[in-house]
This record gives sequence, C-alpha cells and structure tokens, in this order.
Amino acid sequence: MNARRTLLLAAGGLVLAIGATFLLDPFRNYQLALVAAYLCATAGLTVLVGLSGQLSLGHAALMAAGGYGYALTVNALTGAGVDGVGRFLGGIVGAVVVSGVVGLLLGLAGARLHGPYLAGLTLTLVVAVPAVAASVPALQGDRGVRTAFDGVPAPLRSLIALEQWQAWVALAVAAVAVTGLVLLRDGRAGLRMRAVRDDEVAAALAGIAPARVKVLAFVASAVTAGLGGSVLVFVTQSVSPGAFPLGLSLLLLVAVVVGGLGSLLGAALGAVLVVLLPWLVGTVTDALPLPDAVVQRLDGTLASLVFGVLLIALVAGAPGGLAGALTAARARRRARRAAGGAGGRRRTRPSRGGAAAAPPTGDPSAPARPATPTPTPSTPREPVRTPTEG
Amino acid sequence: MDRLVFLLGTGVARGTVLALFALSLVLIWRATRIVNFAAGAMAVVGVYVGVAVTGATGSWWWGLVATVVAGGLLGFVVERGVLRFASARSPLSGVILAIGLVVVLQSLLGIVFGQEHEPVQPPFSDRPLQVGGVPLLSPYDLFVVVVALGLLGALRLLFVKTSLGLQLRAAAFEPEVSRLLGVRVARMRTVGWVLAASAASLAALLAVPNELGLNPHAADMLFVSAFTVAVVGGLDSPGGALLGGLTVGVVTSVVTGYLGATLAPVAVLGLLAAVLLLRPSGLFAQAEARRA
Repeated sequence: MNARRTLLLAAGGLVLAIGATFLLDPFRNYQLALVAAYLCATAGLTVLVGLSGQLSLGHAALMAAGGYGYALTVNALTGAGVDGVGRFLGGIVGAVVVSGVVGLLLGLAGARLHGPYLAGLTLTLVVAVPAVAASVPALQGDRGVRTAFDGVPAPLRSLIALEQWQAWVALAVAAVAVTGLVLLRDGRAGLRMRAVRDDEVAAALAGIAPARVKVLAFVASAVTAGLGGSVLVFVTQSVSPGAFPLGLSLLLLVAVVVGGLGSLLGAALGAVLVVLLPWLVGTVTDALPLPDAVVQRLDGTLASLVFGVLLIALVAGAPGGLAGALTAARARRRARRAAGGAGGRRRTRPSRGGAAAAPPTGDPSAPARPATPTPTPSTPREPVRTPTEG
Repeated sequence: MDRLVFLLGTGVARGTVLALFALSLVLIWRATRIVNFAAGAMAVVGVYVGVAVTGATGSWWWGLVATVVAGGLLGFVVERGVLRFASARSPLSGVILAIGLVVVLQSLLGIVFGQEHEPVQPPFSDRPLQVGGVPLLSPYDLFVVVVALGLLGALRLLFVKTSLGLQLRAAAFEPEVSRLLGVRVARMRTVGWVLAASAASLAALLAVPNELGLNPHAADMLFVSAFTVAVVGGLDSPGGALLGGLTVGVVTSVVTGYLGATLAPVAVLGLLAAVLLLRPSGLFAQAEARRA
C-alpha cells in the first residue's frame, strides 16, 4: 500500500468515524474516546511486539509518561495565558517528548537485552510508576495532576455535546498515531524490523543495524502509547498513578495478543474489547439477581478473568489471534466459494455428489491447501494437469 | 549507626526470602528457558491456602505445610496444563502464557477472597531482639533466615549430591542427550516446576507478615524484586541468587529506612537497569558465546 493511499484511507476512515459519533449517545461517545485512547497504545504495542519482536510489559508506564507530559505542559501553558487549540497541541508535543524520551531510554536498554530481560525491566518500570510520582514533587504523588477543562469550541457548541467533541479529538489523535504506524510498518523501517525480528545475525550481515532498528521501534511505540495517555488525560482532565496500574499494562498485552500480534486491525479489536468487555460483564452482573457484595467482587475481576482465559486459549489454540482467525475464515470462505462454483459446474452432469460432497478428485481448489489470504479466483478454471488427464 | 545495623539485619532477612523466591525463577529458567512471570500470582495462591488452613486448624505449621503442598500442586497443574503450550520457537509465547495465568489467578483470587489487604500475623514476635543494646533482628526474622538458608542448602544438596539432582541438571542442560541416556526429560521438567513453585510459595508465606498484608496482588513487588535478584545474580546461577538476594534485600531495606518506603521500587528499578546495562546477562553468569 503506498503512502498516499494510506493517507487517503486514514482521512476517509476518520471522517466516517466522526460521522458515526452523531449516531451515538454521550456515554457511547465517551466509550469511543476511551477506545481511541487505548487504540493508540495497543497499536504501538502490536507493532513493537509483532514487528520488532520486543516484549514490553510497561506500556501503561509509557501511557503515564505521555499523560504527565501532556498535563504538565498544559498547566504550564495555562499559566502562560495560552488556551484553546494552541494549548492542546502544546500538551500533545509535551506528551510526545516525555514518552519519546522514556521510550528512547527503554529502547537503548532493549537493544542490549533480549526476551525476558526486557520484559522484566519494563515490568519493574510500571511497578515503579507510583513511587516515581510520589518522589517527584511536581507530579504530586497519588493525588495526581489536574488539568484545565477543554470545552467544545464556540462555533460547534450549539451542534455537539462535550462527549462527542472529546470523541472527535480522540479519534483524530488515534488516526494520526495509527497512520504513522502504518507508514512505518509498510516502509523501509518496517521491513528492517521484520528482518531483525526473524534473524538478528542475518539482518546484521545484510547491513542493517539491529540496535538502531530496535530503538526506533521502541521510540515509535512509546510515542503512540504516550499519545494514548494524553488522550485519556484530555478526556478525564486529570492524571494520577492509579490510572496506569500494572493491570492496565497486562490488559494492553492481552488485547494485542487477542487481536493478533502485529496486526493493526487486531489492535483496534483489542482496544474495543478492553473498553467494552468490562462494561458488558458489568451490565450482565448488574442484571443478575446477585447480592451487592458479590457484584462488587465481580466488578472488574470477572472481566479480567475472561481476558486471561481468552489469552491462554488463543495462545494455545489460535496463535494468530482474532485478526488471524478473521483472515483465515475469509480465505476459507473464498476458497469454498471457488470450490462450490467448480463443483456446481460438474454437478450438471448426473453424479452421485450431494451439495456437501467433497470436491471431485480432479478439482485443484482450496480446502485441502492451507488457507492463503489471497487465493486467485481463477484457479479452478485452470486444471494444471490437462495434458495428462483422460 | 544503630539504625544502620538494624536496617542491615532486616535487609539480610528480606534478602534470604528474595533469594529463595529468585531461586524458584532460576530453577524454572534452567529447566525450561521460561521466566515464570506467573511465579508471584502462583505463590499468592499457595499463601491463601496456607492462611486458610492456619485459620481452620489454629496451627501456623499446618498452614506452612499446606502452602508448600498447594504451591507444588499448582506448579504441577500449570506446567502440565498451561505452559506446555509455549512454543519453543518463540520465546515470547511463554511470557505471554504466564501473563495470561497471572491475570486468571489474580482475578480468581479477587472473586473468591476480595481485594482487601488481610493482615497476617507472624508465628513469632516481630519485635527486634537487643544484641548488646542494639536492636538487631526479630525472632521472626531469625526464623525466616534459618528456614530460607536451610532450604537453599537442601536444594543445593538435592541438585549436587543426589541422582535425581543429576537427572534434573542433565535434563535442563542437554535434553536430547539426556533422553538418549534414559532420563525422563518431561518428568524432570515437571519435578523442576513443582520444586520451584513450592519454594516460591514458601518464600511468599515467609514474606507476607512483613508486608502490607495479604491480597491478590501481594506478591507483585516480591516478584519484581525477585526478578531483579535473579538478573543481578544471573538467571542461570543458583549461587548468584543468594548473593543477589542479599544485595537487593539490603539495598531496599536501607533505602526504605532512610528515604521512605515509597522509594523502594525506584531503587529496585535503578539497580535492575544498572545491572542490565553493565552486564546484560547478570553479574555472576558465565560469559555467553558471541552471537554476532
């Protein structure tokens, strides 16, 4: 996919998504904004894990870095008398800088470490977030930092509600983040990342600097996670360590694996799951006739239980995740349609085959083959072995 | 000065527990090349069982036995039921499965026992003894040190002096050749997991009275510290686990005593980052062959 087409698709998708916000009520728009925020983080994580093969358990910490960067910059700009769009963009720049620097440091460590060592370092980072927030006075410990309120801009005030405006902003930021990642993935850098992931030594022999590629992947992933954090702060107008616990980090990883590692579509599915599943489970437990104490215990934990079981089942059974399963299903369906067409032609002759019969032995069509994403529809028409047939 | 001595004492006590927990990580890493990120959550399950048994029987010792047995059983179930799906080709799949296990175990514990911090009383007094007018170690700390060191010694004897230990080492080091020589590699792997999970559960049980209390996330910080210990010592080196444990225990204790408990995780992070950047495979690991 070339760059211009990607940009056009992204713009089209953004316009569609913004149009869709008119169909949703305020609470759904709020959920949509959360999905967009988590999408930034999951998209960054899926590129990092799936493309460059580095596992981070610390993306909640990177989101926190972005969130604090945004909040502190916004507060500084408020103090300087800036507001409106300028203040928001300034905050975004702050988020990008802070999360980018943290990501650069982690990436430099990651370039020297492999597998479990990097995972452990990032895990420690996310456990240390509350401690860091408590030890730096500007971050105000557990209370966190509050930011100024960004309302709907005056020209739009009569048209849309606050939640819808927040969803627009969140979608726009997510679109920028995801488009950037798509361009990175489809470009030269993405190719290098895959080369390094598959065989570091071979990549180095081919003239790629593995360390540089890994650092680049980490910084890109950190910046998008930071953007996600800043969107969360924009929506909730506050940032505190409690918003980015270890559980969130693990949840992001679960979302990415459930969606399908390395797939941005999977990252989007995962982000939707992260927001909707707890809400769905909560609705179900509220509807059931359970004592309050039980409902309170199930709140949050039942959803994560479902996530955990889903994760283990998927890693054991379908390593491609939801996106992989979708692709495989589509390929199967296409193959079946091709096979069905060929079978139909043959069945005009009186034959013993029923509708569900296996394709005739001479049929070169797909079910026996591994499902490929793009089976050419014309294959059944070209029996390769015509010369020897009959 | 008195304060420093006291902090060093508690640091050593905490360090031996960390060493025991880290040894569990080392055992599993050596046997299966998986860092068991679920060690903390699994250990907490064992502690919950132990505390429940203590509550039912009134004896702390039965609770200790129950913790060790429950931890071992869970290790068996996890190795046979979950971690065998880890693919040998991708080192990430083991970590991801373990994370899934963490999420499952912690949410199950949350559903069954709730999220409250439940205080756990130590079996002995935790008031420090005076040695020459200086408060040093509490009887409980002393007990912890003795149990942890004793267990570390016993495990070392098991690995070095017994036939089972030899088979365990052989299966971890050279699975193919061991299989040809008649070692049941899969069984040895399971034995390694059971031993490791029991040790981790015991370490968590010993550590819990000195922490905030028991809740499903009680071992998160313990796991992070133990991981740091294992890295400082080298994931391949059981001896390194003890030295690393003492280092991390003393550092966190001194930082907690002089700068406040909130800073302890930052100190652990700093130590981990420093060691990883200077000696990525641990201070006491043998040099690995060059890869590129």
